[in-house]
Amino acid sequence: MGRSFGIGEFLYLLKAIPWTLLLSLGALVGGGIVGLFIAILRIAPSRPLQWLAIGYIELFQGTPVLMQLFVTYYGLAVLFNLQVDAWPAVLLAFTLYSGAFLGEIWRGSIQAIPRPQWEAAECLSLSFPKQLWYVILPQAARISIPPTVGFAVQLIKSTSIAAIIGFVELTRAGQLMTNATFRPMIVYPIVAALYFILCWPLSLLAQTLERRIDATLGIKQHF
Amino acid sequence: MNYVFQFNVVWDHLPELFEGALLTIQLSATAMALGLCVAVVCAYGKSARPRPVRWVVAAYVELIRNTPFLVQIFIFYFSLPVIGIRLTANTAALAAMTINLGAYASEIVRAGIEAIPHGQIEAAHALGLKRLQIFRFIIIFPALKTVYPALASQFILLMLSSSVVSTISAVELTAITNSLASTTFRSFEFYFVATGLYLAMALGFRAGLSAIYWVVFRRGRAA
Repeated sequence: MGRSFGIGEFLYLLKAIPWTLLLSLGALVGGGIVGLFIAILRIAPSRPLQWLAIGYIELFQGTPVLMQLFVTYYGLAVLFNLQVDAWPAVLLAFTLYSGAFLGEIWRGSIQAIPRPQWEAAECLSLSFPKQLWYVILPQAARISIPPTVGFAVQLIKSTSIAAIIGFVELTRAGQLMTNATFRPMIVYPIVAALYFILCWPLSLLAQTLERRIDATLGIKQHF
Repeated sequence: MNYVFQFNVVWDHLPELFEGALLTIQLSATAMALGLCVAVVCAYGKSARPRPVRWVVAAYVELIRNTPFLVQIFIFYFSLPVIGIRLTANTAALAAMTINLGAYASEIVRAGIEAIPHGQIEAAHALGLKRLQIFRFIIIFPALKTVYPALASQFILLMLSSSVVSTISAVELTAITNSLASTTFRSFEFYFVATGLYLAMALGFRAGLSAIYWVVFRRGRAA
């Protein structure tokens, strides 16, 4: 029976973690740029722009990430004749995916800013972009931090799906090691534990931040 | 771009795709019902008096919420047989989906329970109701009503993530799309149409779940 699961195999799993993190970070940064545009379009004083943003969000929140990956992967291949390896397709798909979620999260944060703040900015005869940039966004950014951290956890977990189209990150490394050692009862729990180590601190951080921001806004959290 | 799209191949196989969509709907709907039961039991357990019960529930919720669904499926399908629990692909998928949804939904239900005004519970105590009776007759119904929108979006997320179970050869829309795509070599077209079907199912589920809300919580009830 194949090789056994030892230190070397464990190190192989550890070496896959940077790919999981790199993909998550890349998607978070790319998705952040897309998401900011979506959030602004969503609240822009123009109906067609709002519909555009709503359509984007519906499309990416209403379809499975796996399907988005397949369409991007094969889409890049057929549209641009790119026989690419998995990395650009995966990064693009996760960027578009997190753009939709971050867009919705940030729209919520922007709309949580009380109406008089907008009105006051307008009284100072600031234009819409300036109202947004100087008055609203700095305040909204603070509120948006906890849910954004929470989304980062969701994103790290979602990147496991990239394994299905052959991108070697933590989950794919786990599959490869299982195939080599025939020890699924050891490998997959270890993979799960590694994800847990990555995600749990972030989840706790999100909770703590949420409580702190609730406190500063003076909103009572529970009965 | 010199690729010729051939969607007519997809139309020829449309009945098979619809069959796959039906399987996805069945699988998701069953997991939603079972997962909600798990969630309610866990939410009750979290308010239980013995500390260990609360710890077990908290550990379950945190473990599931901080590891990827894909890895959970692998553990159910590949790891459990090692200790003698052998599930068919579709049963393993259903079990993983139920356990996964149970953890997420229990947090949502707990939030609903915390929003019940304390006076109601004290009034129930004053009437001499037992703990389980208070939970059944006073707490759970209004709690579920309060958090119903959050539960509904969690259900839809579950339906979308069910596409991932195709990796363990469970039969549903994604699995059927995969096999059609690889036999006809029209990957992009098939995944494109399947994505559209998922979008339609997400919208359909949303409409169906609001209909359920109307029937269960609105009809003939004052509160």
